[in-house]
Parts: sequence; C-alpha cells; structure tokens
Amino acid sequence: MATPILEVHDLGKTFGSVTAARDITVSIPPQQTVGIIGANGAGKTTFVNMITGYIKPSTGRILFEGRDITDLSPRDITRLGVSRSFQVAQVFPTMSVLDNVAVALGIARRGAGALWRPLRTRRLLEDSQAILERYRIADYRDAAANTLPQGVRKLLDIAMAVAAEPRVVLLDEPTSGISVEEKYDIMEVVVGVLKAAGLTVLFVEHDMDIVERYAERVLAFYEGTAIADGPPAEVLHDDKVKEFVVGETLHRLRRPGAAVAHA
Amino acid sequence: MWDRTIFLLCAIFVAAVAGAFVMPDWAIFLATVAVAKALVVLGLMILWRTGLVSFGQALYFGAGGYAAGLAGLWLGLSDAVLLVVFGSVIAAILAWVVGLLLARYREIFFAMLSLAFSMILYGLLVNTEALGSTDGVNIIAPTFLGYAPLGAAQVRAVYLLTMASGLIAACLVQIYLQSTIGQLAGPIRDNEIRVEYLGASARAVIHLKVVIAGALAGAGGVLTALAVGHIDPEMAYWTTSGGFVFVTILAGTGSVIAPFLGSLLFETVRSFAMVYTPETWQLMLGSALLLTILFFPGGLWSLFERRRAGV
Repeated sequence: MATPILEVHDLGKTFGSVTAARDITVSIPPQQTVGIIGANGAGKTTFVNMITGYIKPSTGRILFEGRDITDLSPRDITRLGVSRSFQVAQVFPTMSVLDNVAVALGIARRGAGALWRPLRTRRLLEDSQAILERYRIADYRDAAANTLPQGVRKLLDIAMAVAAEPRVVLLDEPTSGISVEEKYDIMEVVVGVLKAAGLTVLFVEHDMDIVERYAERVLAFYEGTAIADGPPAEVLHDDKVKEFVVGETLHRLRRPGAAVAHA
Repeated sequence: MWDRTIFLLCAIFVAAVAGAFVMPDWAIFLATVAVAKALVVLGLMILWRTGLVSFGQALYFGAGGYAAGLAGLWLGLSDAVLLVVFGSVIAAILAWVVGLLLARYREIFFAMLSLAFSMILYGLLVNTEALGSTDGVNIIAPTFLGYAPLGAAQVRAVYLLTMASGLIAACLVQIYLQSTIGQLAGPIRDNEIRVEYLGASARAVIHLKVVIAGALAGAGGVLTALAVGHIDPEMAYWTTSGGFVFVTILAGTGSVIAPFLGSLLFETVRSFAMVYTPETWQLMLGSALLLTILFFPGGLWSLFERRRAGV
C-alpha cells in the first residue's frame, strides 16, 4: 500500500455530554477518491471539520504527509495542502465569479511579498478564466456570486478551494440542494478535474448512486464512528451499513422507476 | 500600477501647487486643513471597505499632532517633513498596539472599542498639566529642509507640504488597494471563513489596515497641527472622530480621490456656514448628511461612478 497522505488516529470529539465523533482511525493513500456516507448526525461533517481545523478534536491525531496537523488553524492546514468546500457554498457574494477565483489564486501565490503584488495581472486573470472553463462556469464570469444558481455556486466554491493546488480536498456534500439532473453533471466535472489533477478527494454524500459511481472507497459513519471501510460494492452491501446508514434509501434507489429516491 | 487614478491625482496635485500662487490665504488655510483631514478619511475608507467603522480615528489624529508638537517643544525638532514622518510613525506604532485587540472584533464592537481608546487618550491629555491640559499648547514654527518661512510664506509652505503628503499618501493607498492584500477588503467583509480557508489571515489583514489607517491619521494630525500652530485634547475627542466618519459617508469609498473631495466640501460648507449662520451650521451639516444618505447612499463619489456607468 502507498504511503498514506492522510492519517487519522483514534479521533474523537465531544461537545459537553454529547459525543459527535469517537475512535475514528483511517488511512488514506494518495490520489484515492473516498466517499463518506452516514445518516444525519452520524459525524460526517464533524470528521471533515476536524481534518480541516474548523473544530479541534477532543482526542486523537491527524497526520498529513506524516506531519501532525491536529492543532493547526484552518489557514495553516490550507497552506500545507488540505483544502475544502462547504455544504453551504462559501463564496464572496458581492464579487463576480471571475473575481472570486482571482482572489483565491492571488492568495494562493507563493513567494516573498506575494500578497503585495497587484491582484489583477493579465496572467492571473487568464489563469482564473482557465479555471472557470475547466469547471464549465465561464458563462457566468461577470455575474455576482449571489445571483448564481445553486449548482454553479457549488462549482465556484470547489474551484476556489482547489485554486491553491492542494494535495487533498474535502468536499462537504457537493451535490446537496441540487436537482437530480445537475448532480451527475456536477460530479462529472468535479471528479474529472480533481482526478486529472491527481488529488486525493474525500466527499460527503447522501446519494448512494453518486457514491457508488464516483468513490473508489467508502467510509460509512454511524453514531460518530466509522462502521465500515472498503470498496463501494462491499460497503454499500454490508449488513450493518444497510441497516444503520443506507436504510431504505438504497432499496428504493434500486427499485426501477423510483424517482422519489433522489428527492 | 500607474493607473488612471494616479495620473489624475498627479494632475490635481499640479493644479493645487499652481493654486498656491493665486489663492487667498484663507482658501489656502482651508484647503490645507481639508487635505490634512482627508488623510484620516483615506484611512477610514480602507477600513470601511472591509466592513469596519472606526469611531476612534481621533486617537491617531491626536497622537500624531501631539507627537509632532511635543517633538518640537521638547526635542527641538522643527523640520516639518521629519515631523510628519515622526507623527505618522508614532501613530502607526500606537495603532499596531491597539490593533492587537481591535483586529479581534467586528461591527459595532470594533467601532465602540476604537472610540473607547480615543477617549482614553482624550482623558489623559485633559488631565495632564505638562501637556497643556484642556488649553493644549502652541507648537514651534516649522522649518522646511532648512527654510524657515514666516507669516503668509509659512502658510503656503505648510500648504505645499500637505498637498505633497496628500499625493504621496493617496498614490500609496491606491497601489495598496490594487494589491492582493488590499483587494481582500471585500472578501473579508463578505466571508471571513472562505478567506481563512483560502490560506489568508483575516485578522492579520485587518490589523495591517488598522495600522495603515492609524499612520494616515497621524500624518493628518501633524499637518493639521502645523497649519493651526496649536494642539489640544479636542484633536482626540469623539466628536472629531465623528466628523471623520461624517466625511467618509459624505464622500463615499469608491476611490482614493473621494476623501479629498468630501473633506474639501465639508470644510468649505462648515467654514461658510459658521460665518453666515453661526447658530445653525450644525443643522445645515446634518441636513447635508441626511440628503447624502437618502439620495447618494454610496456618497458623492457615486455621482462619478453613475456617470461613468452611463446611468
């Protein structure tokens, strides 16, 4: 097995008497695409939030490329090479789509005095435009981010997260709030771009069809811990996962003509 | 870097220098005070774009004025250029210290905390006999790289120094605003979480903005002190801060030129209103602000932006 790019050991988080996560130990090799599933409140987002520094774990350690990042700030974790998108897309609402990406690229520039260089250089704007085209949102380049359809806003959020060229990216429900038709289009674009860039991807998802189609590995969460970990075909048919995670959803998904399953 | 705004600033500066030889003394004095105070507003504009309002810029304005005045009285430092640099540096250091706390707060807490710091300085000045207490102190006559003008020549020299300071400050702020760190104002105002998750520190950026705004206010304080020839605690009083916020709203924050236009208009209206309607000048200024907010919520500068946009 390849040397892990991300390791989590005995990770746990309690809020007062409530245990949001416990005993999570996972090792992710480079360039793997991992789907994270679980019912609401199972600890998926808590897991993502702990890895990206949004909340500090109560127990355990997180290693990125062998370096302990458990106590680092979100900013430092991002700078090291772990980025994320959010369940509710986090963009700059009053700025244009192009400016959103330009700011992300401007911050990502390295070198002495990088932040003091002019933002709107021709090269940076060309690079921003190229990113918009890669994510197929170039048609919206001059639109204010707060006027975008939900799917485009999600793509913009992900494009910004990846602008810094991270090695690991965590996507928190990249298709939530998006129509069935759009979901697959978005995942095709996102997974295509991220895989082509050689990134390690962890994505939280409720739609099991999406997970089955795009994940190489699935982590199933229940009551704050990972109860199954393996290839989609194995995990999604695990009895415990069927009972505690997938429930009726998978069966409904499998039923021919069951459009309600996507609702 | 050398964009249209900087060329426009240079053209305004040339016109202002030429004006020194044709304008009456009272107009020169008025323009000097207006441009000196515009430097404070320029700093407020930087904070404003980040979604932060400071009701305490008089802290740095007063600190700059007192630093220059006392450097002259106690250290014998009379060179006006050095005094501007000195007052600005002292104010920047003060802003850096205050900013360690201020940068942690947002919205009304930032505004009121900044006000609190300025009132502390005001209280210290009022209660310190050695600093002239409520009367303040007169400052020594400035020199200009060895040149020691008196009377009208001194007024003109301070005017030219103020115009040059205004030009340099506005150009530097314009360059700063075009930089990546300067462009983070809107993103920080809109979504700090995303800024952090792109790898930048919102708090560090705000801290820097507080320091820049403080340095500008300090320079404004020195130039005002040189123009007036006197420093007193009123410079650090909250109503002085309120006046700067007033001009910021009046001017708008769309361009580095706006604070200068707003400040000139404000000082002109105030001066004439005080002469012709001494009992009601505050009523007139209040009405002007009300009309500005109602009809030009983006400040007077929005008139130019609308015109450019063809509205």
